[in-house]
Amino acid sequence: MIQKSKRTLWWILSAVLLLSLIPVAANAQGSDPTDDEVNAVAKQLYCPVCENIPLDACGTAACEQWRGIIRDKLAEGWTEEEIKIYFVNQYGDRVLAEPPRRGFNWIVYIVPVVIFVGGGYLFYRGFEQWRSPEPDSNVRKKEKTTPKPVTLSEDDISRVEEELRKRSQR
Amino acid sequence: MKKILLWGGLAILLVFLSIGLYRSQQGQVGKGETAPDFELISFSGDTYQLSDFRGSVVLVNFWASWCESCKPEADDLEDAYQYYLNRGDVIFLGVDYVDTEPEALGYLEEFGITYPNGPDLRTEISQAYRVRGVPETFIIDQNGIISHVQIGPFSSFEHIISTIDPLLE
Repeated sequence: MIQKSKRTLWWILSAVLLLSLIPVAANAQGSDPTDDEVNAVAKQLYCPVCENIPLDACGTAACEQWRGIIRDKLAEGWTEEEIKIYFVNQYGDRVLAEPPRRGFNWIVYIVPVVIFVGGGYLFYRGFEQWRSPEPDSNVRKKEKTTPKPVTLSEDDISRVEEELRKRSQR
Repeated sequence: MKKILLWGGLAILLVFLSIGLYRSQQGQVGKGETAPDFELISFSGDTYQLSDFRGSVVLVNFWASWCESCKPEADDLEDAYQYYLNRGDVIFLGVDYVDTEPEALGYLEEFGITYPNGPDLRTEISQAYRVRGVPETFIIDQNGIISHVQIGPFSSFEHIISTIDPLLE
C-alpha cells in the first residue's frame, strides 16, 4: 500500500515537474528579444552610413533596419557571433567595432602597444635622468683640462722659497 | 641604433597615416577613369559582370530603401530603362547599398523597378567606386570608361536620357 502511494506521488511529482518546464520552453522559443539584448549586439557593430556611431546609438532609418534584423535573428535563436558573421558577410569587416585580427588590421592592435611601450621607456629614461642627473658638462670640461701635477726639482723649490722670502720682507 | 629604430618606426607610422588620410580624402571614381569591374548577384540570383557588357553603355545606380532622396529618381530610372530596353545596348544595374533585403525588395516593388538589382555584398562595389552616399549613378561608355557621375538624384527622365544619348551617337 505504502509502496503504491509512493509510486503515485513519484508520478505526480514528475508530471508537475514536466508541466512546469513546458511553459518555460515555449516562452524561450517564442519570446521577443529585449531592447537590451538587441543593443548588446548592436553596440559591437557600426553602420557604414553613419561613421563613428555605434549601431545601438544611431538613429537613422538604416540603423533602425539593422537593429530590426538583429531582433529577428535573436528571436530565431541565432547567437551573437552568428549575427556578427552575417553582418560581416553582408556589409564587410568595417561594420565590426573590433576589426578581426588578420592582415592589415593587425596595425590597429600593434601600434597602440608600440606607442605605449615606447612612451613607457621614454618616461622611464626621463625619470632615471631626473633621479640621478649627469654631471654638469662644464664641470666635466674642467676635469678634463685640469693639468697633471708637475714635479719640481730641488733648484726650482729653492728658487720659489727665495722668491717668497723676498716678497714677505717687502 | 636606437635612434634609427625610433625614427624609422615613426616614419612608417606617418606613411600609414598619410595613406589612410589620402584614401579618405579621395572622392568618387571620376569621369574619364576606367570603371572598376564588379560582380553583382541580383536579388533573383542572376550574376552580372560589368566587364561582360563591354560594347554597351552601362548605368550603375547606387541606392537604398532607407534613402529618401533615391525615391524621386526611381520612377525616372525605370522609365529610362524601358525607353532603351529594345535597343539592347544600354544596360541598367541597380546596386543596393547598405540595406536590408526585405525593405529593398519592398522598395523595388513599390516603384515597379524591373532592371537587375542586387545587394552590394560586403560593400565591395561601393568601396571600389568610392561611393560617399546614395543616390550616386555612374554612366559607363562602350569602352568601360566613366562618362558621367551623378551625385544625388537625377532631376528628371530627360536628365537621364541627356546623359546617355550622346554616347549612342
